[in-house]
Amino acid sequence: MSAPKPDEPPVLTAHRAGLVGCRGCGRVWPAGTEFCGRCGAHVYQPDRHSLQAVWAWWLAGLIFYIPANLLPMLKTQTLGGLAGNSEATIFGGVIELLHYGNYGVAAIIFVASIIVPIGKFLVIAWLATVAGRPASVEAAHTRLRALEAVEYIGRWSMIDVFVVAILSALVQLGFVATIHPGPAAASFALSVAFTMLSAQSFDPRLIWRGLPLRTRRDRTAE
Amino acid sequence: MIEAGQFDLETGAGLMACPRCDALHVEDELAEGETARCIRCGKVLGRPRAGAFTQIVALSVTSLVLMVAAIFFPFLEISRMGFGNATSLFGVALAFSHGWLMPLTVAMLGFIVGLPALRALLLVYVLWPMRGDGPPARHAGEAFRLSELLRPWSMAEIFVIGTSVALVKVAGLATVSLGPAFWAFCGLIVVGAASNVFTCSTTIWDTLEDRGAFTDGREVVADPQAVAQTRHRPAPDGRAG
Repeated sequence: MSAPKPDEPPVLTAHRAGLVGCRGCGRVWPAGTEFCGRCGAHVYQPDRHSLQAVWAWWLAGLIFYIPANLLPMLKTQTLGGLAGNSEATIFGGVIELLHYGNYGVAAIIFVASIIVPIGKFLVIAWLATVAGRPASVEAAHTRLRALEAVEYIGRWSMIDVFVVAILSALVQLGFVATIHPGPAAASFALSVAFTMLSAQSFDPRLIWRGLPLRTRRDRTAE
Repeated sequence: MIEAGQFDLETGAGLMACPRCDALHVEDELAEGETARCIRCGKVLGRPRAGAFTQIVALSVTSLVLMVAAIFFPFLEISRMGFGNATSLFGVALAFSHGWLMPLTVAMLGFIVGLPALRALLLVYVLWPMRGDGPPARHAGEAFRLSELLRPWSMAEIFVIGTSVALVKVAGLATVSLGPAFWAFCGLIVVGAASNVFTCSTTIWDTLEDRGAFTDGREVVADPQAVAQTRHRPAPDGRAG
């Protein structure tokens, strides 16, 4: 634990005061308390060990993100297969929309299904890597803003799954045209859910300095 | 019971820790319209609003009514070359009901119907008894905690954006008409956003505590004289003000 630097206002944290704060409702309890007496949430000290959960969910999300991009998202059959059967992946769907001139919608899907998930993986990995290391106040604010952005924007990746569900339910015109969901829909939904859990398990209190820094061995063992 | 401004560094009574950065603050009863922010990270710690509980209850009931409409009215309808198909909200969720995509159906129903409805019910359950000066319902604390946990997983507003994207995709393939359920869902989004603006979880926790849901003797009360001025009738004995 380092002494406050001149650029850091003297802030006493619950951890330094020998107390533990509840992340659910803000109530403060003596160190060693297990559950918050007010909201019932599990209370714990900010600790780099909690990053293991972040990495586990992160990896699960990444694993499911691969089939989500390789397998088809939508299976379209037009005129009983005479006019062609097509299987579109996420990226293929964006290209198709561009082809038909729907630039706005193509941009929405491209951002929600490709930019946001990849950005989320990068940001969470970065946050979990630098968590608990000393940071300037500016750096800590940047990290907190990044985490808030990931938490806020992460759910919106689910758009593509909903689009697939609506299309599959709606476009059941027998001989004329039918659309069925592909396996990528499930993989993508799981990937989004896992990255949401990863972002939620990240303890933002680790961003701020003055935390027990682990040894190099612990850090590599993540 | 602790007077406003007093705190104990040994037990943590009378203190608040910012959930984002762990900075300690001395707990204080806020007046309506005031905003408390964390001194370090700037997170809003509390923002009580006048009549917020009544408004949240009203908005939650509204969203339940709209949800019933959204479930039972037709959602979308398409037609092409004499072939037509209509779907309801359940039809959309059941789109994944073939084979091994089945679990996704359950998740979809939860995201777009179950969780938003459950959250609205929980908020009504927690806040309805506390609109005036009444004591909280049994297990109101657990109910509110569940509602807060489910917040990121209720995705009704994302579903509406997804619908608009799907409409554009289908537009080239067939003629689409929007059913009443679609408009009910749009209304649901507006109501949900308004409810989120009014919801201040710190105020709700604090009120739950002050009204006697938790009797660990750590609740902070405002200056008794100020309480006497704002209250219409004196609090019964044995209950923290």
